[in-house]
Amino acid sequence: MIITIASGKGGTGKTTVATSLTLSLAAESPLFLDCDVEEPNVALFLKPTIEERREVGQMIPEVNLDKCTYCGRCAEVCQYHAIAVVGDKVLVFPELCHGCGSCTLNCPAEAIHEVLNVTGTIERGSNGSIEFGQGTLNIGEPMAVPIIRQLKRWVIPPDHGARPIILDASPGTACPVVESMSGADFVLMVTEPTPFGLHDMRLAVQVARDELGLPVGVVVNRDGVGDRGVDDYCAAEDIPILLRIPLDRRIAEAYSEGTPLVEALPEYRERFQALYADIEKLVRETKGAAQ
Amino acid sequence: MKQLVILSGKGGTGKTTVAAALAHLASQEMPVVLADADVDAANLELVLDPVKQEEHDFMSGQVAVIDAEKCIACGLCAEVCRFDAVMEEGGIYRVDPLACEGCASCFYQCPEEAIRMQEQHAGRWFRSDSRFGPLFHAHLFAGQENSGKLVTLVKQQGRLLALDTGAELLVVDGPPGIGCPVISASAGADVALHVVEPTVSGVHDLERIMGTTDHFGVPSLVAINKVDLNLARSEEIVAFCTEQGVEVVGRIPYDTVVTEAMVRGRPVTDYADGTVTEALEEMWSRIRERLLSDGEEQR
Repeated sequence: MIITIASGKGGTGKTTVATSLTLSLAAESPLFLDCDVEEPNVALFLKPTIEERREVGQMIPEVNLDKCTYCGRCAEVCQYHAIAVVGDKVLVFPELCHGCGSCTLNCPAEAIHEVLNVTGTIERGSNGSIEFGQGTLNIGEPMAVPIIRQLKRWVIPPDHGARPIILDASPGTACPVVESMSGADFVLMVTEPTPFGLHDMRLAVQVARDELGLPVGVVVNRDGVGDRGVDDYCAAEDIPILLRIPLDRRIAEAYSEGTPLVEALPEYRERFQALYADIEKLVRETKGAAQ
Repeated sequence: MKQLVILSGKGGTGKTTVAAALAHLASQEMPVVLADADVDAANLELVLDPVKQEEHDFMSGQVAVIDAEKCIACGLCAEVCRFDAVMEEGGIYRVDPLACEGCASCFYQCPEEAIRMQEQHAGRWFRSDSRFGPLFHAHLFAGQENSGKLVTLVKQQGRLLALDTGAELLVVDGPPGIGCPVISASAGADVALHVVEPTVSGVHDLERIMGTTDHFGVPSLVAINKVDLNLARSEEIVAFCTEQGVEVVGRIPYDTVVTEAMVRGRPVTDYADGTVTEALEEMWSRIRERLLSDGEEQR
């Protein structure tokens, strides 16, 4: 079962919840993927040993000037202005290229082949029974989505069955978050009960539930700060609040040192196991209702 | 006119709290224009009481649409699509608009000309009046691409108005991360203020965001938020900044008054006196000094 942890707003506790959930399920050999490739930092908490590393990116065109007739067809079909023909020169702009391959397919002289433009890395490893994967976007590179896509393809086995697979998404609601959610069975929203937390979570719910049609549930973190907005919204939208983590300076201090919540406060382990059981039940109900 | 962008790498470290406070403090001394460059999840509007003056559609990107009448189900579109966006069910082909990147590869390959490219209404952008100056903000629709383009648009509008009206400062509240919208938000900035918390993730993420702004030649300043949460980590940040030659201009203590002010929809400096407000005032005076002294060097 694939669970994506999202939030809309950053810093609400996605990583705290994702790492604690994973550690609480250690007996079930969970697989964890850090999909926040712009700022991956789950490894600081799960401390995996990295066993394998790959450079990834996207395929960009390389033009064989012996064959090129400078007809300009490649530039005409490219929707991203990533290739231009100027006199007897063909310019490629790797940071604009989406790697769609349309220029290659459309070149009448078959003068284009593609080479890998490295924009990041993906890594896999483990810590005890926990299997781990993460992606890292290289500094200065704009596109996170190809890294996330290749990380998922590489690490998630096609027949994963009931094994817990937990993905930590980046903040926001744009394309990297959609890529992290797509293919999931459930999206767990981690929010804080403040106007910012609510505003941004609503947008993330729009993506997960309304656009992708996935079941969602909420973890209220730092419960007790702020106002009742998140509670009222969840009640009105019929979104279950599955766990509440109170505002507790000990949790914030443990986080600041890279200590996962369930290691600092082991009494939370059972609550995270119960959270997982609740999610399993909700996923079963959703699938039952769909059939 | 100077452009200050507030960034963080890691989300939720207090960018918007700092941006709203700086907007409030700066506006008492000079005309300012504000831009919220977090177009996925814009929050500045929640604490500035903006009154919308203009609303515009943001048309951007495109998706492929298959005409079922013309389609002969040859499957070539699915074959050439590298984004797994073309789906087949019972001999009917259709495009998943969320997966489609608008590359038009299928459009060019379709032998029956059964595919058209449809422009997307990807979001909206606004010009509002706020208590502290004009605010440009936007809303990118859920799951849309091209957030960098919308960020550029919002910032450009802010910049043009600032130049037209003789405003001295453009304050840009940036998005989290280091990717495309962040690169767009920091382009052309005179200074980037990185808001960081004293945690292992904060330190790690600061290195990456500072690497990004360095890469694009934007000078950095650092503000440590919740500085007393972990004093040892705060010292680590200070040491790292010293090594990088970057000034730590702000040390903001942890206080629940920050959340209270947010709930009341006001910048914290406009809501309560106290240690947080004092720290932010001191930070603003240092940033102002830095921005003005840079100007003198250029002259």
